Amino acid sequence: MALKIVKGSIDRMFDKNLQDLVRGIRNHKEDEAKYISTCIDEIKQELKQDNIAVKANAVCKLTYLQMLGYDVSWAAFNIVEVMSSSKFTFKRIGYLAASQCFHEGTDVIMLTTNQIRKDLSSPNQYDTGVALTGLSCFVTPDLARDLANDIMTLMSHTKPYIRKKAVLIMYKVFLKYPESLRPAFPRLKEKLEDPDPGVQSAAVNVICELARRNPKNYLSLAPLFFKLMTSSTNNWVLIKIIKLFGALTPLEPRLGKKLIEPLTNLIHSTSAMSLLYECVNTVIAVLISLSSGMPNHSASIQLCVQKLRILIEDSDQNLKYLGLLAMSKILKTHPKSVQSHKDLILQCLDDKDESIRLRALDLLYGMVSKKNLMEIVKKLMLHVDKAEGTTYRDELLTKIIDICSQSNYQYITNFEWYISILVELTRLEGTRHGHLIASQMLDVAIRVKAIRCFAVAQMATLLDNAHLLTGNTQRNGICEVLYASAWICGEFSEHLEDPMQTLEAMLRPKVATLPGHIQAVYVQNAAKLFATVLQKHEGETDSQVAQETSQLLIERLPLFVQSANLEVQERASCILQLVKYIQKLQQKNVDVADEVTALFAGELNPVAPKAQKKVPIPEGLNLDAWINEPPSESESEDEKPKAIFAREEPKHSRAKRTEVDEKELARRRDARKQEQANNPFYIKASPSSQKGFDAPGVDHIPVVQIDLSVPLKVPGMPMSDQYVKLEEERRQKDKADKKKKEKKKKREKRGKGRKADSGPESEEDITPAQQVDIVTEEMPENALPSDDDDKDPNDPHKALDIDLDKPLADSEKLPVRTHRPEMLKSPVKDREIEAVPLESKKKSSKDKKEKKEKDRKRSKEDKKKKKKHKEVEEEPVESQPEEAVQSEEAKEVLALPTSTSTEASDLDFWLSSAPVPHVAQEVTAPLSAAAEDTSSAVALESEPDERKDREPEDSKSSKHKKKKQKKEKEEKDKKKKKRHHHHHHHHSDVGEDSVQNGTVEEEEEEPLPPMSNYSLLAENAYIKMVCDIQGNHQDESKVVVSVIFENTCNSFLKSMEFNVLDSLNSKLQRPEGAGPHDSLTVPFQLPPGVSNEARFVFSVQSIVMPQKLKGTLTFIVKSDDSSTHEKLDFKLHFTCTSYLITTPCYSDAYAKLLESGDLKGSSLRLEGINMPFHHLLARICFYHHFSVVERIDSCASMYSRSIQGHHVCLLVKTADQTVSIDAKCDEPSLLGNVLDEIKETFSKC
Amino acid sequence: MIKAILIFNNHGKPRLSKFYEHYTEDTEQQIIRETFHLVSKRDENICNFLEGGLLIGGSENKLIYRHYATLYFVFCVDSSESELGILDLIQVFVETLDKCFENVCELDLIFHMDKVHNILAEMVMGGMVLETNMSEIITQVEAQNKMEKSEAGIAGAPARAVSAVKNMNLPEMPKNINIGDISIKVPNMPSFK
Repeated sequence: MALKIVKGSIDRMFDKNLQDLVRGIRNHKEDEAKYISTCIDEIKQELKQDNIAVKANAVCKLTYLQMLGYDVSWAAFNIVEVMSSSKFTFKRIGYLAASQCFHEGTDVIMLTTNQIRKDLSSPNQYDTGVALTGLSCFVTPDLARDLANDIMTLMSHTKPYIRKKAVLIMYKVFLKYPESLRPAFPRLKEKLEDPDPGVQSAAVNVICELARRNPKNYLSLAPLFFKLMTSSTNNWVLIKIIKLFGALTPLEPRLGKKLIEPLTNLIHSTSAMSLLYECVNTVIAVLISLSSGMPNHSASIQLCVQKLRILIEDSDQNLKYLGLLAMSKILKTHPKSVQSHKDLILQCLDDKDESIRLRALDLLYGMVSKKNLMEIVKKLMLHVDKAEGTTYRDELLTKIIDICSQSNYQYITNFEWYISILVELTRLEGTRHGHLIASQMLDVAIRVKAIRCFAVAQMATLLDNAHLLTGNTQRNGICEVLYASAWICGEFSEHLEDPMQTLEAMLRPKVATLPGHIQAVYVQNAAKLFATVLQKHEGETDSQVAQETSQLLIERLPLFVQSANLEVQERASCILQLVKYIQKLQQKNVDVADEVTALFAGELNPVAPKAQKKVPIPEGLNLDAWINEPPSESESEDEKPKAIFAREEPKHSRAKRTEVDEKELARRRDARKQEQANNPFYIKASPSSQKGFDAPGVDHIPVVQIDLSVPLKVPGMPMSDQYVKLEEERRQKDKADKKKKEKKKKREKRGKGRKADSGPESEEDITPAQQVDIVTEEMPENALPSDDDDKDPNDPHKALDIDLDKPLADSEKLPVRTHRPEMLKSPVKDREIEAVPLESKKKSSKDKKEKKEKDRKRSKEDKKKKKKHKEVEEEPVESQPEEAVQSEEAKEVLALPTSTSTEASDLDFWLSSAPVPHVAQEVTAPLSAAAEDTSSAVALESEPDERKDREPEDSKSSKHKKKKQKKEKEEKDKKKKKRHHHHHHHHSDVGEDSVQNGTVEEEEEEPLPPMSNYSLLAENAYIKMVCDIQGNHQDESKVVVSVIFENTCNSFLKSMEFNVLDSLNSKLQRPEGAGPHDSLTVPFQLPPGVSNEARFVFSVQSIVMPQKLKGTLTFIVKSDDSSTHEKLDFKLHFTCTSYLITTPCYSDAYAKLLESGDLKGSSLRLEGINMPFHHLLARICFYHHFSVVERIDSCASMYSRSIQGHHVCLLVKTADQTVSIDAKCDEPSLLGNVLDEIKETFSKC
Repeated sequence: MIKAILIFNNHGKPRLSKFYEHYTEDTEQQIIRETFHLVSKRDENICNFLEGGLLIGGSENKLIYRHYATLYFVFCVDSSESELGILDLIQVFVETLDKCFENVCELDLIFHMDKVHNILAEMVMGGMVLETNMSEIITQVEAQNKMEKSEAGIAGAPARAVSAVKNMNLPEMPKNINIGDISIKVPNMPSFK
């Protein structure tokens, strides 16, 4: 054997390892690809060998090649092979490769489930660790569903190393399998107070990540986090928590008030910049969430701004950057505090670091006002000139446009200035943003009517000088501007001074070098200009000009007719023919101008970009329905003519309906117009567009005459600077005027809908140079006011928007892999069974608060149901456990309403208390009586609903009602123990998990009595231990004992140590390095009333006999004034049953097994059993880990397997209260003991 | 969340890539190239944060990087991570590498990509920060290495000998590409436990 291994490794010496591969690649720089392809061939050979070491080596190399960009998915199966190696070395290589290249589409992933589960429960913590790390990278919904429960168990592992990994990976599990969130959340919450800082940090990490996406569900955790924040010293944790609070405060302003003080303290005290920075950020978030006006908040904002200034002034560029970033957040709500630091920010524009300049630019965006816009833009224009490298310059350009156009050109007082800025920007060479400038030009010219005249003049100049723009290069993005220029000149040609000249400029041969879409616009607008020229010169006695124009077009247009661009060609030939025809008419002295102008009459209105999307679907219109009957495939050919006739009639009726619709639409439109007319904030559209519908009210909107105090035209090419100067003068003059005519102020105020902004008061005084009428973009009638345009429906976090305060329903639990009987039942039956618990889940999830979401939810749940059904068909086993515990549900629900409302009022109470310095204690302190009364009142109120909901599903509801009321009274009495109840609930949850292990074949209506695997281990005044013993199906010598420790006293229990006196046969598994008598530390502490579960692994050698092990639990009881050392002895009873594992068996295999003759028989008779047969079977399944192979009437065959592979077969028959069990097993003493235990079980009842 | 961790050298050659979201191999290479272009043109002594490239989420994500000697260490993170915190994490990562490889240099990373992955796995898991305490990280890494060695046992000996021989023939392996400028001023987080 050893020889073989050595031989194998000698063979291996000559294989390339990773280092050789890397070296080889480095030595083949010239023909790297070729070298690698030979290497891949070698790897393929290696993967074919049986030696796992060779395979692992090959996989390791593949991982490297994957990094270099080679697809290695073809080796996925080999990776799985290496993952399942028993050696850690190889396993780690396998998992690494998997984590690098597996994803949801990798089909072999489904083969890994069992391997991963095995690794997760491996006694070696590093196997588990490697599996968790790997899984975190490639977890799929299926893996998440199948492994959620295993991972959840690991969250209470004894090793913090595993705990923290298990906690972290839960986030990924939640993402992939959102149903796991609620069942797993209580334990996750517990981990926030884990003694190990790493685990704690991981829990904070996960919850913060969850809360960031759906903050409202985590508000109730605020007190806990607050406590952590005031007590933790771990900066990582602090930063996460503080960031989380930043996300929570917008939802609960009271929380913000509470936070301000500790945060300011931290700001003053911490030396860690990262923490300081996050504190400042959260304070800002708090201040944003609070309505301003509280006196001490201005102090906080001052503190923030002052600290940020220090950051910005720091020589460390990172701090400078972050300072600016945070500053921009303050800016949104407190612009004034930031504006006073304008100097600093402008200074940052000169920084050598581009990211800092960009951040400073962002800030400028928010700092502009009517007053300083021109000045700031002037500064930016200087930077544009200086800027090296086009990226930053382009960024500047977009920023300038952003700044100017923000909130509907709010800060622009002089649009001539803005147009000239735009024109100046066109001189930038090589910018990518020509289209941006162009769209601004179009937008301004269309929407600001007063500016059209000026704009047209500027555009004409641009067209004239087009060679300057297009001169250098073809790829020049700036020529897009010509698109806008041509369109503006054409559309508003009535404002042109010399349309003839512009027309000439537009038809120059050079134009043919422009991109096609621009040429098309040129041609079209040349036609418009032509119409204008005709209009202008008609009626003059001398028609020469008009004729010259026609001639010009006829001469130049053929150039475009030859264009390669279809659009250009089509338009040009069309217009050319038109002009030719006109020319003919002209020669006959016919007046054509009116007809030609009519071609382009009417105005084009701006339409909002989202308008199309917002058109509401009229009632009764189903877009998915067929308009005509879908062609039926079965219909034969000769039937078709008939169908045509038949179809004719509906056509008529449809036409009628559209008419009705039109009337209806007109009516609605009227109504809307009326409404708009009465709405002072609505900016009316131009009259031409709404001829028929103009309501008289519109005329009341005052449109002030254009103020001509500024000459509308600055001669020559515009220089925006001139406007700055002029503007200054104008403002001076305005001010002087205003003093004189204080009365007129009212009139001077803009009559437009734009709300006065929150800028400094002096802003009000600045009147715009032109009274501009900014036309709003049109929206469709009855546009839907939806805001969710930007939400991504594919966001995985949407699914995690789950209410976590709601108590767990029974149907919510993680799927546990169990071996349940696979009765070959028809799936239909299963489906019926499945439907019941789902129904109840739906009902129990009904919550008043969620009424709005109800519909949505229901549909979702329906979907879920469907999905589940599918699953059921595939694995019918999944569905049964819920049935088993259904009867327990009733009991469960009882305590629930109180506990939720308690939680809610907990938060209210915590928040409502006036600023308290010692909050930490308060959190745990008992609730005040007042808070409780309300909570129980709420509980009573909510009860009837609850009752109603449950009635149909629970035939014994009346009994329960009484019970419930009684229980509620008890609750009131035991107010102080509420927490206890809550946790108790959790405890029983754990119990239910194990219920699932049982196998229940439920066909009759009658519900099963509740069953629990957990049996009492020991109990004293302080603590109660219950335990469940299960064989470990992956390891033939391991037994897992799950012990739930419940603190039953009013003191704190800590330092719990669990020890067992090993026997020769059974030994407690202790960590490496521990002696054989050392005790194991229980990895948690227990506050009063809390319970928690720990698992211990035992190794056993012989399993044929039951075992009893003596053990002791020692712990420290800590009350307020004293702490005592206590101990509790217990006897751990390993029954033979606990070595049995529920294993399904098909009847044919079962028959073979019995025929083989290897099994020895034994039998048992039970008298006086008067329970239904299916209960009997359920009990055997549940308590003794059997599965039903086949059942015929009152006779059933059952099967189970021991961890060491013994087969145990039972034939159970019943007649008249007598049950006879014939049993066979390959180990007679094991069988004897099992039968004794079965007997014991039934003697108890 | 951390979206990706990339290490590449001054020429853009990848030395380690860890993506916590799935991309195809081609996209991964493009992201590495894009990131390299964004990062490499930046001067020393300017800030270490910049907006992510288009391929990896654009402005939603930030690139936080450090440049040590011949290597860039780039973390691509979303808004839930603290910029300065991640900067410190990179520092911890590099210092850990330095400890584990004894004066780490680019060659160590080139030849032992798997080891670097293993170290990283102890710090970041599935895109979330797992451990920031350097001594804890090193303890876990060493414990696993020890396990690996014990598994190799006798059978591993010949292979080790061969690899030693192979290394003897190496002309290269100049150690210690200095990581001395590790003391780029880090805004300190004193209790970085």
